[in-house]
Amino acid sequence: MRADNPSAQAAFSQASNYLERRPLVANDRPLSWITDHVCRIVEQPAPKWWWILTIVTGAVATLVPAMLTYLVSTGVGVWGLNVPVCWAWDITNFVFWIGIGHAGTLISAILFLTRQKWRTSVNRSAEAMTIFAVICAGIFPAFHVGRVWMAWFLAPVPNANAIWQNFRSPLLWDVFAVSTYFTVSLIFWYLGLIPDLASLRDRATTRFRQMAYGLLALGWRGSNRQWTHYEKAYLVLAGISTPLVLSVHSVVSFDFATSIVPGWHTTIFPPYFVAGAIFGGFAMVLTLLIPFREIYGLHDLVTDKHIDNMCKIILLTGSLVGYAYSMEFFIAWYSGNPFEIYAFTNRAFGPYWWAYWSMITCNVAAPQLFWFKYCRQNPWVVLAIVMFPNTGMWFERFVIIVTSIHRDFLPSSWGYFSPTWVDITLFIGTIGLFVFLFLLFVRFLPMITMFEVKNVTPQADPHSDNSDHHGTSLGQAHSAQAHA
Amino acid sequence: MNHPAKTLHGLGAEFPSAAALLHAAQKVQSLGFRRWDVYSPFPIHGMDQAMNFKRSKVSLFSLLGGCTGLTTAFVLIYYTSAINYPLIVQGKPYFALEPSLPIFFELTILLTAFGTILGLLLLTLMPRLHHPVFNWDRFKKVSDDGFFLVLESADPRFEAEASRKLLREIGGDHVSEIYQDPEENPHPARPESEATQ
Repeated sequence: MRADNPSAQAAFSQASNYLERRPLVANDRPLSWITDHVCRIVEQPAPKWWWILTIVTGAVATLVPAMLTYLVSTGVGVWGLNVPVCWAWDITNFVFWIGIGHAGTLISAILFLTRQKWRTSVNRSAEAMTIFAVICAGIFPAFHVGRVWMAWFLAPVPNANAIWQNFRSPLLWDVFAVSTYFTVSLIFWYLGLIPDLASLRDRATTRFRQMAYGLLALGWRGSNRQWTHYEKAYLVLAGISTPLVLSVHSVVSFDFATSIVPGWHTTIFPPYFVAGAIFGGFAMVLTLLIPFREIYGLHDLVTDKHIDNMCKIILLTGSLVGYAYSMEFFIAWYSGNPFEIYAFTNRAFGPYWWAYWSMITCNVAAPQLFWFKYCRQNPWVVLAIVMFPNTGMWFERFVIIVTSIHRDFLPSSWGYFSPTWVDITLFIGTIGLFVFLFLLFVRFLPMITMFEVKNVTPQADPHSDNSDHHGTSLGQAHSAQAHA
Repeated sequence: MNHPAKTLHGLGAEFPSAAALLHAAQKVQSLGFRRWDVYSPFPIHGMDQAMNFKRSKVSLFSLLGGCTGLTTAFVLIYYTSAINYPLIVQGKPYFALEPSLPIFFELTILLTAFGTILGLLLLTLMPRLHHPVFNWDRFKKVSDDGFFLVLESADPRFEAEASRKLLREIGGDHVSEIYQDPEENPHPARPESEATQ
């Protein structure tokens, strides 16, 4: 009816000019451009910088097996932890890495369910990041158990002691949560890869590539009888990954929250940990994506709008984390419990004051810069700012873990923790491992989900005959009206 | 290209866009064809209705997986803590619901994921590395920007000449026969000249 009224139609088209969304793929690129631009990264010979970086990070990654061998052959004493600080860098690093993974699952699952179409060009690399981060995370608790060759006692299989696992222990919940998280993330990631692996198979110029990608693509042929089941499977996995990602860091926080240590025993931990994980994870996604976007010229796929959106999420979750920090202080004071009050004053003004204020600067203050559009629009400024959350989230875990247990109830059992060179080298090794795995991923797998990006282009919309028209929501409504 | 000795799989046609493929599919469906399929680089909105598909059964497998996971978790915890070796820890009951919930949840999720993948593989009959459509050289574009419709010769309504005409009428280009047996060089790798654009 609105179409009949010329003045209303003019107002409508004017509104659609103002409200027009920026396209998700810039410059109206055709479908084959997307395939070509993404596959080219994998198909062209590896550039020199890739070899240099891969060899360097691969060498750094060898520090992980070296330090672990040293640890196992000598004893856990080579780490700086001791009574009263029995959890130190190892658990800090574990929580740090596992938290980073959360952004990947959030992008792939929660943003899928909420129909955030901009996720399509960042989800693949974010999911890869998740998997590599969880691999780095898993190293620490496995070796923290002390006698790593007995880590299998965590699995519910009959053993010589004839007693079973304590299913009431949050540490055992953690084993189940992290291993489920890793497995489901891996399945979800692989599922998303199948159609894109078929693209690489179909473009292969050598028999080896054709066989390798062909085997991995499982014979995908893009038929609608496959797509219909594929989409359902994707939806189900997104549906179950959503509560999963919220549960994983909640369960990690139970490791602390179910204890009676002042500073750990708080009910705010699960949401606070999840917000922090998403915050740190998005910072890491941007840290990895911005350089690769520049190097491979992916500006039309990972547009400024994508970066802008992620900065806003960092701003939101950073503020949530800041709220959680202040609320912890408030509750400590409000509880009237002297141990609780001491734990928090000690955090801010005790011997680890530097860690606490680094955390506040990096996690609460620095992201506030994203209120300014200039800071969100300039990729290099963004890259500089996200380095703060990257560092700050490590400090957050250090502050929570170490400052809480180094001075608990009895002053006679107070202590001060300092890391040893083994602690530091092992952590550097995991950073090397993480970057090394990511470089391999970029080299051998399509780093952008081609079929999903194609699906959000205007030409993918089968209901608009006008194939060069931007697929904006208003535009679609408009053309649908014109049809009717 | 006539290969009378070879078994015909069907006739394939290429379409210029997702919209054209959707219209073609509606037409073919309305003519009562049963053994046919469309192929595209991404799922096309509305194609399931056009081909008159029922809801995918993958979610049924997910549900079965989830139920198995929950049952496994319950049996595991109850059997080990309350039956096989009851042990008092911190004066708590042998079995209680609250501390069991995290593991109930995790195993439910894990087996739902397994069920979903299993369901997908069973329903799509994957992995199947060889298929007659791969014998058609144009078909390589399916994972790039090609939109295809293939009518199988096994369909009772399939008639070589009439079907070829039909595919042309509904807007298909490059209508070609697709054979069951691969060419002497099965699914050849793309020539080097085409690779760099």
